[in-house]
This record gives sequence, C-alpha cells and structure tokens, in this order.
Amino acid sequence: MASLFQRRRNKATQTERIRERRHEGFLRHADFRWAKISGGLCLLVIISYALVDVTPRHNGGSWYGYTLGTIGAGLILWLTALGYRKRKMTSTAWSLKAWTSAHVYLGLSLIVIGTWHTGFQLGWNVHTLAWALMMLVILSGLYGVIAYATLPKALSNNRDEMTQMQMLEAIRAFDRQLHAAAQPLTPEDTAPVLAALEEDPFAGSIGARLSGRYPKCATAAALRTLSASRSSDAEAREKVVGLLSQKEAALTRLRRHLRIRGLLEIWLYVHVPLTFALIAALSAHIISVFFYW
Amino acid sequence: MSEPVKVAIIGSGPAGLSAASRAAQLGLSHVLLEKTDHLSDTIYKYQKGKHVMATPNRLDLRSDCRFDEGARETILGIWDEDAASNKISVAYHAEVVEVTGEKGAFQIKTAKGDIIVAEHIVLAIGTQGNPNRMRCPGNDLPHIIYTVDDPEDFKDKHITVVGSGDAGIENALGVAEEALENTVTILNRSKDFARAKPKNVSDMMEAGENGSMSIRTETQPKLVEPGWLTLETPTGDEKIECDVIVARLGSVAPRAFVESMGIEFTGPDREAFPKLSPTFETTVPGIYVIGALAGYPLIKHCMNQGYDVVEFLNGNQALTPADEKDLAAIFAGLPQQKSVSEWLEFLRTRIRIFADVSPLQMREFMLDSKIAFYRTGDVVFEKDEPGSSLFAIADGQALVEVAPGVTVPIEEGSIFGEVGLISGRKRGARIRAGADSIFVEVSRTAALKLMGSVPGAKRVINRISLERQLLQIFKGGLTVEDLAPVVDDAEVIRVPAGKVVLQEGDAGDDVYVIRSGSMVVEKDIGGKPIFLRYLPAGSYFGEMAVLSGAPRNATVKAAVGSEVIKLTGAGFKAMLAARPQVREATEKAVAERAQMNSFIESRKASYSSAVDLYSDTATFIMKEGLGEATDALLIDENLCVGCDNCEKACADSHEGLSRLDREAGKTFAHLHVPTSCRHCEHPHCMADCPPNVIHRGPDGEVFMEEGCIGCGNCMRNCPYGVIRMEAAPPEKPSLLRWLLTGFGPGPGEPSPKWTKANMPEGKKPKKIAVKCDMCKGISGGPACVRACPTGAAIRVSPEEFLSIARLEEDAG
Ligand SMILES: Cc1cc2nc3c(=O)[nH]c(=O)nc-3n(C[C@H](O)[C@H](O)[C@H](O)COP(=O)(O)OP(=O)(O)OC[C@H]3O[C@@H](n4cnc5c(N)ncnc54)[C@H](O)[C@@H]3O)c2cc1C
Ligand code: HEM
Ligand code: SF4
Ligand code: SF4
Ligand code: SF4
Repeated sequence: MASLFQRRRNKATQTERIRERRHEGFLRHADFRWAKISGGLCLLVIISYALVDVTPRHNGGSWYGYTLGTIGAGLILWLTALGYRKRKMTSTAWSLKAWTSAHVYLGLSLIVIGTWHTGFQLGWNVHTLAWALMMLVILSGLYGVIAYATLPKALSNNRDEMTQMQMLEAIRAFDRQLHAAAQPLTPEDTAPVLAALEEDPFAGSIGARLSGRYPKCATAAALRTLSASRSSDAEAREKVVGLLSQKEAALTRLRRHLRIRGLLEIWLYVHVPLTFALIAALSAHIISVFFYW
Repeated sequence: MSEPVKVAIIGSGPAGLSAASRAAQLGLSHVLLEKTDHLSDTIYKYQKGKHVMATPNRLDLRSDCRFDEGARETILGIWDEDAASNKISVAYHAEVVEVTGEKGAFQIKTAKGDIIVAEHIVLAIGTQGNPNRMRCPGNDLPHIIYTVDDPEDFKDKHITVVGSGDAGIENALGVAEEALENTVTILNRSKDFARAKPKNVSDMMEAGENGSMSIRTETQPKLVEPGWLTLETPTGDEKIECDVIVARLGSVAPRAFVESMGIEFTGPDREAFPKLSPTFETTVPGIYVIGALAGYPLIKHCMNQGYDVVEFLNGNQALTPADEKDLAAIFAGLPQQKSVSEWLEFLRTRIRIFADVSPLQMREFMLDSKIAFYRTGDVVFEKDEPGSSLFAIADGQALVEVAPGVTVPIEEGSIFGEVGLISGRKRGARIRAGADSIFVEVSRTAALKLMGSVPGAKRVINRISLERQLLQIFKGGLTVEDLAPVVDDAEVIRVPAGKVVLQEGDAGDDVYVIRSGSMVVEKDIGGKPIFLRYLPAGSYFGEMAVLSGAPRNATVKAAVGSEVIKLTGAGFKAMLAARPQVREATEKAVAERAQMNSFIESRKASYSSAVDLYSDTATFIMKEGLGEATDALLIDENLCVGCDNCEKACADSHEGLSRLDREAGKTFAHLHVPTSCRHCEHPHCMADCPPNVIHRGPDGEVFMEEGCIGCGNCMRNCPYGVIRMEAAPPEKPSLLRWLLTGFGPGPGEPSPKWTKANMPEGKKPKKIAVKCDMCKGISGGPACVRACPTGAAIRVSPEEFLSIARLEEDAG
C-alpha cells in the first residue's frame, strides 16, 4: 500500500546514479575538462597582463597584482584542502578523481598565476620565498603525476596476483624449509644460513628501499658462500642452495614491490610538508605586505 | 520393553526440549530420546562462545524453557537447569533407528536395541543429519572425530583430514595454523577439488606449497590403527603417523529416515518438507514433526512449536499460534475486515499458485510476504526496476504496459513479476492496477520454497513465466494462444558452466531462450575463438538458422550454470508464419546481430590485437564467474597506485569494516577483479540464511538487513569468498581531530589492536556477516569508486563492460 509505494518512489532516483562504464584516468577525466579550464585561465592571465596598463610597471601591489594574488592564495588553500577531502567520506555525489584532476591542472596554472602576480620581480625576500616554495610544491606534484602515470603498471606486473601478505608468507615458508634443510650442514655453512633466516624482509634504509639495491643482503651472501663452499654433504648443501635461490627470488619480488610503492608515495613526503612551508611563507608574505608596505 | 508412554519426543534440540517440558508440565507420561550424551547437539556443536541470537524479535516466546540471546554456553546451561526443574525424563545415548506400529502403539527402536512404546511421536531431529562414517577397518577407533570445535585443542599432533569439501579444507587449514605446530595431511579421493570453493582450494594449495600441510590426491584411508594410518595411494600402500583423524565426508540428510516411517514429503526437491497439518501432524496419524525438520530453523520458532504441538496432541483446540498477531498485522491495512484464517482461506481459494498449499504452509508464506490494496492506476513497479519478488492477484486485475500506451491485462488468480524471480533480472515492464485490487507480494525466498515444496505451484509458475518471457521477447502482436504450440513442446534444459549449446557449423533449427544464467557467443576467426557477444538471461539465440536455413554461424556456450528453454524450429516457424509482424521484428533483430558480427570480423582483419585483447578479456571475465554478476568492482591496474583509499572509504562509510579486499583476486592484462561482492543474479549467499535477512534491494544490490544471527552459512555458500564474519569496531574519533592531533586510528578500518583496546567495557562484540551492499542508501553511489583518486576503480555489469561500443572505441 502507501508504504510500499513510498519505498519505490524514493529509490527511483537512485537508479539514475552516476555510473562510469569505462576506466578513465584522472588526467583524461571528463575529456580533459580541467586541463581546458586551467589552460584557458592561464591564457587569460597572459593576455590580460599584456593588455592591462599598470604604471609604473606590473607588480604584486597593483590592483591587477592584487587580483592575481588573491586568486593564487585562494587556489593554494583549495589545493591544500585535497588532503582533507581525500579522507573525508561523504554520502553525496562527488568523486576524488574529479578533485585530483582539477587539483593537478589548476595546480599547474599556479605557475602562470603566481609568476605573473609577481610581475617578474624576484629578489632575496620572504615574497620570493613563497613563490619558490610554491614552485617546489608544483615540481614535486609534477613528479607525482609522472609516477602515477607510469608506475602502476610495473607494480601490477611485479606482483603477479600476489598480495603483499602472500609475498611475505612465501618468504616465511622458505625460511621454515631452510631451517629444516640446514640441520645437516657443517657449522661454517650453517652460520650464513642462520644470518639469512634472521634477516627482516622489511629492513633496509630508505635509500635501499627506493633504489632496490641491498648490497648487504644476508640471503644473497649465504647463497654466495654456500655455492662456493665444499664443506658439508653435497646433497644437503645443494638443497639449501636451491631453497636460498628461491628465497632470493621471493625477496627480490617483495623488494621490488616495496620499491615501487615507495616511489609512488615518497614524493608526498615532499609535496605535503612543502605545502605547509608554503602556507607559512604565504602568510608571512601577506602580513608583511599589509603591515610594512 | 518399558511402560508405554503417551508421547515420545525424538531429538532434544530447542524444539524437542520445549515439547518435553510442556509434556512434563501437563503431567503427560513422556520420554525425550537423544542420540548423544547431552541436550541439543546442534547448538552444542556451535563454535565456542558463539553469540546465539533470538530472532525474530517481534515473536513472543511461548515455552516452559527460557531463551534469550546470549553465549552458547549460557544458553545450554539454562536449558540444563530448565530440563531438571521441569522434571523431564530424558534418555541419552538413545539414537532412534526405526519406528513401526501406528497411533496408540508405536514401537520405537534405538541403536542399542531398546524398544520404547508410545501413543504419539513428536519428531524433532533437526536437519543436521548424521555425518558419513569412514568405511575402512578401524573406523570405530576413538581418535576419529567428525567435527573440530576449536583448532587450538590440537597442538603438536599428526592430524589427517579425510575429505576435501569445504568443511574438510577449513578444518585442515585451522589445525595447520603455524603456531599449533601440527603435522597436517589432507586426503582427497580424486585428482581435483571440484566440490570445494575456489577460495578454499587456493588457500589450501598455498598451505601445501609453503609446507604447512601435505595434500595427497587420489589417496584413501585403508586401515586405521592407534597412532598410524595406512593409505592407499596411486603408487601403492603407505603408512603414516597419525594421532587424530578428522573425517569430513558430508552427512546423510534425515529425509530417508523420516520417509522410512511412511511420512510423505511435499515434493522431491531438496527444499521439500514433510507434509503437515495445522497441528504439525504428518501423513502418518500420531506422528508430529516440528522444528528445523518442519522448515522452521529459528530457535524461537522451534521452541514455540514444541509447546504448541504438545498442547494440540493433548486436545487443546483453542490455542492460537504464536504468530497470529504478526499475521493479523500483515492483513491489518486492507480495506475489508476478516479474521486471519478467513484471509488465508480467501487467498488459498482465489490464487492459483496457492491452491495446493496446506494451511500451515500458507501461514508461513504470508509471514514472508506483503499484501496490499492498490487503487486503479496505481503503479506496482516500474520497468527496469530490479526486483525478484513474485506478485499474485487476489482481487482485481493488473495491467502490463508492453509498449507505451499498449497494455495487456492479467486476470485475478494469476501472477506477475515472475521474470525477476526466475532470472534475477530487472523488471521487464511497468505494471499498474487495472481495477481496485489486492496483490500479494511473495519474497523470492518464500517463492522458491513454495515452488520446491508444492509441485503444482511450480508447474503453474514455470508455464506462465515461459509464456510471458516469449511475449516479451517478440513484443506485441502475439497472444498466449499463438504461443501454445511452442510452449507445449518447450523443454527446459540445465546447462553447466562452459558447456556448448550450439556449435558453429552444425545443422539444426531449434531456438533457445535463456531462462537463467548467461551465455557467450564465439566465432572461429583465423583458427581462434573470438568473443562476439554476451547474452544475459531473457535473450534468445539460434533464430538465425531458422530464418536462413544455413548451419549455425557461431558457437554459443554457457558462461555460468544456466537454464535454457528449447523451442523446436518447427513450432517457432509456425508461430512466425501466423504473425507476419513478429517475423519482421525477428528479421530485423537478426540483421542487427549479423551486422555486429561482420563488424568484429572486419576489425579482426585490420585491428587484430584490439579484437584479441577484447576477446581474451571477455574470456577472463567469464572465467572469473562474472557472467553471473550484475555489478562488479573492476580495477584497472594501469591506474591503481595502491593507496587503498577504496578500502578506507568503504570502511568509513560502513561501520568501520571494509567490504572489499583490493589486492586479492585475479588479474588479466592489468584488469583486476578484487575480492568484493558481485551482486550475483542468483545469489548463492541467500540459499540458506535461517532468519532470511539477505535480500535484493531496489538498485539490484544484495544486502543483509538487521537480524543476522552469525551462523556463517552465507559466508560458506558464497563461491567468491566476499563475506566476512566480523564485529563492528567502536566509533573512531573524528577525522579533523585525527588530522590535527593524530588521535585515533585514522581513516579506514582500525587495526584489531586498536579495536580491542577501545571496545567499551562490558560490550560483547557480535560477529555477524558483513558484505558489500553497493552503498545502499548512500545517495552519491559506491564509496569505493568515488574515493579512487586516479579513476582505477569502477563498478559495472558484464554487459556494460563487454559492450561492443567499448571495442569500437578501443579499436578507434
Ligand atoms: C552454526 C549455526 C548457528 C546458528 N545460530 C542460530 C542463532 O543464533 N539463532 C537461531 O535462532 N538459530 C540459529 N541456528 C539455527 C538453529 O540452531 C537450528 O535451526 C535449531 O537448532 C533447530 O532446532 P531443532 O530442535 O529443530 O533441531 P536440532 O537443534 O538440530 O536438534 C536435533 C537433536 O536431535 C538429535 N537427533 C537427531 N537424530 C536423532 C535420532 N535419530 N535419534 C535421537 N536423537 C536424534 C540430535 O542429536 C540433536 O540433539 C544456527 C545454526 C547453525 C548451524
Ligand atoms: C601550490 C600548489 C599545490 C598544493 C598546495 C598542493 C597540495 C597538495 C596536498 C595537500 C595534497 C594531499 C596529499 C595527501 O594528503 O595525500 C596533494 C596531493 C596531490 N597533489 Fe598537490 N598541491 C599543489 C600542486 C600540485 C600540482 C601542480 C600537481 C600536479 C602537477 C599536484 C599533484 C598532486 C597529486 C597527484 C596528489 C595526490 C592525490 C592523491 O593521491 O589523492 N599538486 N597536493
Ligand atoms: S555475497 Fe557472494 S554469492 Fe552473494 S551476491 Fe555477493 S558474490 Fe554473489
Ligand atoms: S546473513 Fe549469513 S551469517 Fe547471518 S544469519 Fe544469514 S546466513 Fe547466517
Ligand atoms: S559499493 Fe560500497 S559497500 Fe560495496 S565495496 Fe564499494 S564502498 Fe563497499
């Protein structure tokens, strides 16, 4: 009856949810909508800069400079808000992809808006510091976009349907088998194997993680030693050598996985702190402009 | 032989226990026969500490034993007390193996050879049945067990699991847990593990590969001795150390035992139950069936029936069933005023599919159904709305809008909405009330139960649904009469996944309609089968050959287990000859399909790699079981940066628990199918939910409403491993607070450690089933998709994903 109908009618709107049928990356989003908007904005700035006559010359303090400055500062605050928006789930129709798309292209437009705002008057002062920080944030963002565009494929190929947990499990399984297989070895052969067993797959400096090079890898060392050794029973040693090379392969996969994930994330550790530095410098810039000008 | 009793109650579950208590309270001579050495074996065997739920909440408990939700141990303890205080006479170790005689003097024989004589029998043996025993010598040794209560009970043991269905594999994985240090072997009689879920098989294989379990295929036990087990292997006998044998060989359903007493069932299907009168009496006078065996799996129902049945057989005729007020509420909104039993009789005599339904079954169906009054012109449902319930016309008339402005009436007593019921697809047309009408809406589960237990209802529904399906396919211009010759020789054929229905190049002119499931069409191009099209339920194929007379020009095979209806070419031709406009429409459809085929063929010549990729992707998608999906999450790994924001968003919009596992699952050509619900056409998870809380919502989502009792049946039944049994974590501090002060676990599912530390004092976490609900009720749509920063995640149906338009775009 009435209640039955109400349920249906209310829901009818939901069947028309926005649905995406294709995979379309954030760069292409809505047919490069934000690239077009941001490109248009930059053009507008460049052209109007040439047309508007400010005396004695363009600078941040003219009415035109103020306009660009306000737009720029507003944009920076909005770009920063991505960090909040990314983590805040709401129930209304919005998509982080659209935000990221807008973030990237409007962020790039700041190169023009910010630089043209200065009227190309750079020097050793807090104003230029703000500009430089902004350019660094943008540069790091550019790196991020390149990473996002190129690395996922490598991550997918390397993991070959395995999850990170499974990679770790595989290494642990080889460790267990190594532990059993190493029992008949002579003490001098056992020592490097034990060292390999004690190695934490996640250990290693940031440098090692990002480069993927682990010169002090105990598994590799054990493999070298045992391959060259002649001391234990040949059959037992061969078994251990086999297991060690399997473990090395598993370790290589995990390390490659961690490396690519690291490369996909590390830039955010530059991008975000620099953003805060930028906001600090920007505040100093604005305050100094108003109070000491 | 002992003194005859007035009533013997067989089985001491909640139903039997409650019946015995009532008998004791009424002072009837009675005995409660229980096969094990404790009461209520089914509940005794629940996992340790399981929280037992007391649904449905609105139903009052009417029993001499107490019952409220709580831990398994508490409930069993209370029942032991109640059994004692009610002074029930219980005989343990009394497994009934045979019942002979008749009302007044039944002879009940137990496994030990005792004979009990009783005037009446109440059968309350549940549906668990008996586990199949091992058959080799030594099978009576005590170290053979049939369930694993708690894997932690086994430490540092040699354990052999016999049987590799899901139960066996799950037990083996449990005891193979590394910390327990057991040496675990699992035996499988055949080469592969066809009976188990792929997820379980892959977990087991992994355990085999990393050495925590040894998997022996084509191997059977040959001789059991204390500490040792001899195996028969393909390479000869082998003796292995073995301290414990876990035998998981399935169980024999109690049906054969029940039938051996002469009790009739409602039909041959698995869903059938014993035929019962309103007082629970079977077709054998004097034998009553209650509880899960009677089709009522919830504990509260079982206990109420125990009380009622003894009252009935003691001559109480005035007792109204405990569900009377719920039924009254269902009928309350109707314009006419009738009593519950008058209403039930009204429906039974008016509606064709209810004709053979017993009054007791009628009560139950109505509890799972809605009944409503519609004014002339009111819309019942819209075209393309998802929905799988069945409507029956108790009064008035329904109008189907087959085309704008064209309506076809459906008369009183008939049904509508059956397409959604059978195929799980969206509604095919808008339906309005043609007069002031009363319609009954039967939920899919109740309708399936009806079809399983009442053969007459099944016949009527199947015939009507085929007629309607054909009318819908060959829109307009056809009448039910035209269809009669086609429908009369139509044949329903079950096709297992992967089986070929039509082979390219073969002769033949039969036409097929897909009743449920889906098909893929392939064509051999340059020596390679190329995917042409995906056919969902409701489509038809084979019509090209009828019109052209040429051999089949493509191969059609089942994407998932399906049902097709075969119509003979001759009948189909006769129908086309009688109705020229139908022939025209069919020819047009054939021409369109032919054009698409030649498009793909032409592309194949110029853009062979794009066509190959499209075809291989389609094959992969079908292999992953997405042929039965209505909406699945797909991740493009060319775009996915591994930030897991999708999982975090899902958790943050659903009680803190993520319903998807991004990383797990298969990948092909960078297209990744993560572990997340696909909202199957015929959800396997719905099959066996005691409180019946899994439903399909208005957007096609399969979701659980409140009332899950945490039995885990759905988790076991879902072949895709997407259901978790989890307790909701406590509320997290707000996002801003976390951003500013770092207080709390941050976005996403909190770690188990945090959950444990922050669980409010005295709150016992209840583990219930959690799965994707497609973000039901969230107006913006799926949170996982919206939260993906790069656009890697989308939710689509297979038709959308494999549409030809995509190929056109990809091929440029
Ligand atoms: C894991 C799990 C969790 C569940 N959780 C809940 C829940 O939270 N809430 C809820 O309401 N329901 C729950 N259920 C459903 C509920 O437990 C059962 O439907 C209910 O126990 C059925 O009661 P019954 O009395 O009909 O039969 P049962 O409880 O199955 O009892 C039958 C008894 O008969 C005995 N018996 C069998 N054959 C013979 C014979 N030949 N001779 C003598 N004795 C015999 C058995 O040993 C047993 O003790 C759950 C079910 C499962 C499997
Ligand atoms: C001054 C300008 C900018 C500011 C203040 C800024 C600020 C931010 C902030 C605060 C985040 C959120 C990080 C997180 O919480 O994980 C972010 C993310 C990001 N930024 Fe910028 N950004 C700027 C310019 C750019 C530019 C120019 C680009 C690209 C060319 C860019 C690309 C990105 C990308 C790809 C992300 C990650 C999105 C995600 O993973 O969700 N940013 N930025
Ligand atoms: S839970 Fe499993 S069976 Fe149920 S709809 Fe989802 S994928 Fe299908
Ligand atoms: S939703 Fe699943 S776990 Fe919950 S009661 Fe139903 S079948 Fe059991
Ligand atoms: S659709 Fe909603 S409930 Fe389903 S996985 Fe995505 S976020 Fe979770």
